[in-house]
Amino acid sequence: MAVTSTAHPTRAHAAGSVRRRATRALGGELQQFILRRVGQTVLVLFCVATLTFFLVRLTGDPVQAMLPPEATIAQEQALRQALGLDRPVFVQYVSYLSGILHLDFGQSLFFHQPAFDLIVQRLPATIELGAGALVFALLVAIPAGIIAAVKRGSAADSSVVAGVLVGQSTPAFFVGIILILVFAVNLHWLPASGRGGFDHLILPAITLGLYSMAMIARLLRSSLIDVLSEDYIRTARSKGLSRWQVIRDHGLQNAALPVVTIIGLEIGSLLGGAILTEQVFSWPGVGRLTVEAITNRDFPLMQAIVLFLSVIFVVTNLIVDIAYAFLDPRVRLS
Amino acid sequence: MTATIAPIQGAARPQSTWRSFLRALRKNLVAQIALGILALVVLVGIFAPLLAPFDPATQDLVGRLKPPIWLPGSAPGHLLGTDDLGRDVFSRILYGTRVSLLVGVAATLLSGLIGTVIGVLCGYYRGIVDTIFMRLADIQLAFPTILLALVIVVVLEPSLTVVIVVLGINGWMSYARVIRAEVLSLRSRDFVTAARAIGDNDLQIMFRHIRPNILAPLATIGTLQVAAMIVAEASLSYLGLGVPPTVPTWGGMLAEGQLYVATSWWIALFSGLAIVLTTLSINVTGDMLRDFADPKAYR
Repeated sequence: MAVTSTAHPTRAHAAGSVRRRATRALGGELQQFILRRVGQTVLVLFCVATLTFFLVRLTGDPVQAMLPPEATIAQEQALRQALGLDRPVFVQYVSYLSGILHLDFGQSLFFHQPAFDLIVQRLPATIELGAGALVFALLVAIPAGIIAAVKRGSAADSSVVAGVLVGQSTPAFFVGIILILVFAVNLHWLPASGRGGFDHLILPAITLGLYSMAMIARLLRSSLIDVLSEDYIRTARSKGLSRWQVIRDHGLQNAALPVVTIIGLEIGSLLGGAILTEQVFSWPGVGRLTVEAITNRDFPLMQAIVLFLSVIFVVTNLIVDIAYAFLDPRVRLS
Repeated sequence: MTATIAPIQGAARPQSTWRSFLRALRKNLVAQIALGILALVVLVGIFAPLLAPFDPATQDLVGRLKPPIWLPGSAPGHLLGTDDLGRDVFSRILYGTRVSLLVGVAATLLSGLIGTVIGVLCGYYRGIVDTIFMRLADIQLAFPTILLALVIVVVLEPSLTVVIVVLGINGWMSYARVIRAEVLSLRSRDFVTAARAIGDNDLQIMFRHIRPNILAPLATIGTLQVAAMIVAEASLSYLGLGVPPTVPTWGGMLAEGQLYVATSWWIALFSGLAIVLTTLSINVTGDMLRDFADPKAYR
């Protein structure tokens, strides 16, 4: 480049400015894409907040639902006043929205604590469980997907395909109960419930990770099969690279893109699955808190949980989308 | 469900499609077994009252938590043992088939109907309607079904109808997306242009020319959806938020069985196996349908 610029200063300058302009245009496009997605995310969260607010009110008087049937009229009025439900709906809605902006999600009726604090207390347990599940899913799915794709049609491939089908067809709570039966009740190897050391995490993480594992293995297998039939793979092989080098440097890099997206989408299903898994293993996380809020008819807490979980996966999806746009410029154009 | 299903060659000739489907089935032993199990499950669902040796609700507190018939200490006649209230596990599983199939099929039909109408309208008219519904689909796909279902089931009183409707409005997105893509490509095809040229209006075109061509992808998604709906219903029942607890369900039995899993594992094991066997055969059948409709979609 240095030689070119001394020999043909004008052409080099022109080429440089074209490249700069291209980068600027691309950067602007990326910026626009990110701005658009952030705007959409805010809109989605606003919709979820509005929907949860009106869903609770449309389906009847929350005070009636919250109080036991034997409550007196005086108790009812006291609660109505305490919750601010005697004000016009629009005023309630505005104060609800402004509360959210100040991270004030209201007071839990059952625990008598701010709903936000309760969620934050339980969050580490759910993150630990989700991370454990994702690590387990990736540790099994990546080798399984690669082996199945490379040795397509072999016995190993067939067992991966069969395993994927069983993994996708088995509800998490059944897997959990069977794992408890085998490893806790019969073999006494691992604890059956509760949160503690690493040994407590193993069974819940496997339970929650199984479905994601099946999804990722299936997708990695099919996208790797597609990539391995491309011309550039044959070229790389004919250059004399070993089979493993070709798969690592050319195959996996190109097959990874759809897998990265699905991992982002899996966060949603992991959160949903956490509700069931935490119930099976009495795991003290947000999922268990959700079930507790439901059985106690704790409406403010439920509202807060729904909003909070929505924020988590909407933001996760936003991050995945932006990461994806960085990796693959075609995404922005569509 | 990001993959779209390509237009099916020869879908306009149902006779030959059916015959080649049978030919594909004859070569696929796993799919034959799956279809066999599925047929059995449907028959069990229909004839549960005739097949069940006991009334599923009759309690027998003396004969509670008895093991299956091949184990020592079992009670006579109770093939898969009894539960904590002395009810026959086998009979309850047979009756549980009814709720699972009813919810699975009804919720699938409902979501299929909603999704197809939205998908056809979006693909055919495009514009602002398309944009709104597709964004809504994106949002709802990102949201865990179980959470939305829980919220709605809690604010409404849980009943069979509520469960079906809740699951039904939670599953329209995959239909809408696939059907929309299909209709987008169909609407510019020659036979649609020809139909418009001879004076067919939009409704006639949708019913006469578009509908027959979207039946194959509909059948594929629908089959896979039934399995997802059965698992969703079992999940709600497991959490005690599905159909009323007096009705025997597989998910409800699993929840009861878990309490006694250390001593009476048969309650949880057999009801769980019923779920897995059913969803597995539905998924195998669905995969086979998909491979048949579009061999390139998945491998």
